[in-house]
Amino acid sequence: MIEFRDVTKRYPDGTVAVAGVDIVIEPHSTTVLVGSSGSGKTTLLRMINRMVDPTHGQVLIDGEDVATVDPVQLRRGIGYVMQNSGLLPHRKVIDNVATVPLLRGEKRRAAYDRALELLDTVGLDRSLADKYPSQLSGGQQQRVGVARGLAVDPNILLMDEPFGAVDPIVRSELQQELLRLQGELGKTVVFVTHDIDEAFLLGDQVVIMQQGGKISQAASPAEILANPADAFVADFVGAERGKRALHVTELDGRRLVVDGDGRPAGVLAS
Amino acid sequence: MNLFLDAFAWIFDPVNWSGAGSIPQRLWEHIWISAVVLLIASAIALPAGAVIGHTGRGRESAVRVSGGLRALPTLGVLTLFGLWIGIGLAAPIIALVILAIPPLLAGAYAGFESVDRRTIDAARAMGMRESQIVGRVELPLGLPIIVGGIRSATLQIIATATLAAYIADDGLGRFIFAGLKTRDYAEMLGGSILVIVLALVVDGCFAITQRLVVPAGVRATRARELGSRPSRPRVAVGQPITEGNRE
Repeated sequence: MIEFRDVTKRYPDGTVAVAGVDIVIEPHSTTVLVGSSGSGKTTLLRMINRMVDPTHGQVLIDGEDVATVDPVQLRRGIGYVMQNSGLLPHRKVIDNVATVPLLRGEKRRAAYDRALELLDTVGLDRSLADKYPSQLSGGQQQRVGVARGLAVDPNILLMDEPFGAVDPIVRSELQQELLRLQGELGKTVVFVTHDIDEAFLLGDQVVIMQQGGKISQAASPAEILANPADAFVADFVGAERGKRALHVTELDGRRLVVDGDGRPAGVLAS
Repeated sequence: MNLFLDAFAWIFDPVNWSGAGSIPQRLWEHIWISAVVLLIASAIALPAGAVIGHTGRGRESAVRVSGGLRALPTLGVLTLFGLWIGIGLAAPIIALVILAIPPLLAGAYAGFESVDRRTIDAARAMGMRESQIVGRVELPLGLPIIVGGIRSATLQIIATATLAAYIADDGLGRFIFAGLKTRDYAEMLGGSILVIVLALVVDGCFAITQRLVVPAGVRATRARELGSRPSRPRVAVGQPITEGNRE
C-alpha cells in the first residue's frame, strides 16, 4: 500500500507542484493519476521512488516513510517505465532489461535468463534481445521499457505516460497488453496520463488532478462518471460537453449509441 | 635552388638519422613531451569537465577560465616560467599544459552535457548511483565528443611543443631554432615538415579512434536516420523533463 499524507512540493522559485495531497493506493490495483500538464501528476508519481522529495508531508510504502530509505536502494526495488522508454541507447535490449538485476548484484547468467523470459512476458520475440533500442519501433521500445520495469519483480510499478509517444493503434495494443499483464501479475501500478479515456480504461482508481497540484476527485471510473465532484471534473471527463451522455437512436434497423452532440459512439449489442 | 627539395634532402640525409641530436631522438623527445603534457592536462581538465557536465554547475566559470587561458600567449607564458624556474623542461611543460586545458575542458563538459537528460533521468530512476550514471551512461555516450577535445588539444600540443626548444634542448623545435640561428633553411624547413607530419599522423589516429568510440547502438541510429529520414519530426521526442527535483 502506498499512502500520501498531506504531501506538498514547493520549489525554491515559489511554484507549488503538489499541494496538500492525501491519497491511499491499494495494493494489487491500478491507480491512474490524470490531469493536464502542470497539475503535478508526474511530480506526485516521482515522489514514490524519491526522484522528487516532498517539502512537506510523508509518502509511505507499507507504512514505512520513504524519506528514511536510501533512494538508490528504494529505486532498485520499484519498477519505473517512462515516456519514450528511456532505454540506454548504447546497450542491447537484453542488457537494458537486465540492468537493475545486475546493479543489485545478481549473477549475469540468471539475470539474462530472466530478461529473456520477460521479453516473452511483454510479447516480444527473443530474437530482439541482441538488437539496440534504436533498431526497434516505438511500440517495441515501450515493451522493452515495461520488461525492464518488471525485471526485479517489483511490487510497485510506476508508469509515467508510458504510451504517450506511440501512435493510437500501438497505444491501444499496449493498453490491452498492460491489462493482460496486470491480470496475470497483480502489481501495484501507479500510472500517469493526460488522457482521461486511458485513465478510465486502465484504472481501478482514477485520481483527477487540477492546476496547482490539488486533487479534484479520487474514485473509481464508474463513480466519477456517476457523481463528478465538481464542475472541473465534469468538464474534464467530458460530461459537460455531453460526451458521456449517451443515448440510443435507430438507423436502418440497428440501434446506434450516440453522444450529446449526436456523434455515434458505437452500436448497441443486442 | 628549391628550398623544399633541400629540406627533403636534409630529412633523408643518413647523417641526420644517427648520433646525438638525430631526427629519431628529437622525434622521440617531441612525442614524449607531448604525451606528458597531455597526461597532466587531462588529469586536471577531464575530471573537472566531467563534474561540470554531470552537475551542470560551474559551466559559466569554466567558460571564463578557458577563455582566459586561451588568451594567454604561450610564448609569453613560456618566457615567464623560464625566467622564474630556469632552463629546462619544466617551463615548457607548464606552458603547454595551460595551452591544452581549454580544449580538453570544453570537450569533456560538452561530452557529458550532450547526453540526453531523459536517458540520465531513466538511469537514475532505475537506481543507478551518480558515479554509475557518470561511468556507465554519460562517459560511453559522451566519449566521441570527449575524444574530440583530446584530439584538438593534442594537435595544439604537438604544434606548440616546438617551443620547448626555446629554453630546453629537446624536441623537433631544436631543428627550427638551430636552423634559424645558422641560417640553415633546409634544416629549419625540414624540422617544420617533421612536426607537420607527426601532427597529421597523430590526428589521423585520433580521427579513427573518434569513430571507434561511438557506441554501437548509437551508430545503428545514425545509419538508420541516414537511411530513412522521417519526413516530419516526431512529436514528443525531445520533450524535456520539467517535473523533478529542481534546485
